[in-house]
Amino acid sequence: MSIVDRINKTARRIPTWVVYLLYILPAPYFFYLALTGGLGPNPVKALEQEYGGIALQLLIIGLCITPMRRFFGINLIKFRRTIGVLAFTYVTFHLLVWAVLDVQTADRVIADIIKRPYVTIGMAGFVMLVPLAMTSNNWSLRKLGPKWRQLHKLTYVAVILGGVHYIWLVKGIQLEPLIYMAVILGLLAVRVRRIPRTRTA
Amino acid sequence: MALRWKNTLTERDVTDEAAFLNRRQVMGGALAGVGLATFGGRATAAPDRLKPNSYKDITQYNNYYEFGTGRGDPARNAHALTTVPWTVKIDGLVDKPGDYAFEDIMKAMTIEERIYRLRCVERWSMVVPWNGFELADLLNMAGVRSGAKYVAFETALRPDEMPGVRFPVLDWPYVEGLRLDEAMHPLSIMATGIYGKDIPNQNGAPLRLVVPWKYGFKSIKSVVRITLTDKEPPTSWNKALGHEYGFYSNVNPEVDHARWSQATEIRLGGGLFTKRTPTLMFNGYEKEVASLYAGMDLRVNF
Repeated sequence: MSIVDRINKTARRIPTWVVYLLYILPAPYFFYLALTGGLGPNPVKALEQEYGGIALQLLIIGLCITPMRRFFGINLIKFRRTIGVLAFTYVTFHLLVWAVLDVQTADRVIADIIKRPYVTIGMAGFVMLVPLAMTSNNWSLRKLGPKWRQLHKLTYVAVILGGVHYIWLVKGIQLEPLIYMAVILGLLAVRVRRIPRTRTA
Repeated sequence: MALRWKNTLTERDVTDEAAFLNRRQVMGGALAGVGLATFGGRATAAPDRLKPNSYKDITQYNNYYEFGTGRGDPARNAHALTTVPWTVKIDGLVDKPGDYAFEDIMKAMTIEERIYRLRCVERWSMVVPWNGFELADLLNMAGVRSGAKYVAFETALRPDEMPGVRFPVLDWPYVEGLRLDEAMHPLSIMATGIYGKDIPNQNGAPLRLVVPWKYGFKSIKSVVRITLTDKEPPTSWNKALGHEYGFYSNVNPEVDHARWSQATEIRLGGGLFTKRTPTLMFNGYEKEVASLYAGMDLRVNF
């Protein structure tokens, strides 16, 4: 049995709730660290960054699933929605830490969303993920039919907004956000369908 | 000219730690490390309820991009910085230009404790008990010539010791500048210690500028060159992002950063549920420094 077959066989055996459980654990873990001094003297910023980072990584992992099947034959499609819902969950945690613990008042939250472009962009990304999270269930999938796939292409826009949000919020031109953006653009580029060559007689 | 300003942040202006002069002043740089660490809890409550941050907070949460852009990176990486021997080149419009050995500077200066607020442009703040000497004393030692209007500063650039300079986040070396009257102000110091101990590398060893009414990035670390000039010198963050970081960069709650409001700050050390506090004009030093900017539009000269 090839390694790909082995991976596929193992993946078939793992229920999706295992992935949910494993990937949700960092949330209470980092919260505990932030609460007890384990994230340094600025726990609010650190927690905000941890949740935001995990969210962006999950969105990127979600983008990897289709190319993995196409190029390597590794089939992890059944985890795609799980990953997407987890990404949304961490974006929500990130947003909550930012709004409640960092910015702290409603007027300042609203002012930031309106006046600060990197916040506006992050917020737009979150808003786009809301309908996707709400339709990440079997009933919606059946109900929406082919429209479901169309709707869920919003992920592409949301992940680009997430990448720009990260580049924009750091001070100066830093390497790490640029690497994230390059990976995102690379994963989107492999999806662009080549126009089939016209056959000559 | 030393001792021109009294601490207002604690009820006891001179503390036990301050009684211990900076070890380097006593023994000189070559013997640093032999001296005993003098470092106890600081229990003094301030009249305005400000208490210096812990030594750990002050030395574990730093912006020193030469050692990495993460706040914890400098504490992890700055041990590689060689600070002995250290010389500061003082040149430009001075009577006695030259390379000044750190030990010689320390012998000539009076070290005192200054407990200052530190407000980072990123909207966090600390209270730091610095040990150091007035910048004016150093400049007077070199003799400021009449044509000088500005002071330019430069940080060491050591690619072998500074992993952060491999990537051009900023145009290295880091440079900063002050107007001469700002530099000569009693509040402007060169810090050589924190809590009575030699200043750790990640905080800008062996000597760094501290200008408490300006955003933290103006207080340039690990200074190797000071140049008196008649022109406004370039400054690193201004060169990188001129619309976000001006030459003056005075703490001002009424003038927003291009990407965020500067009206409030989070004082570090209070944990996850720290309530934001209003940022004070000139970081609370309005009485002392506002006259320096009389008649200037602080929105234009941000």
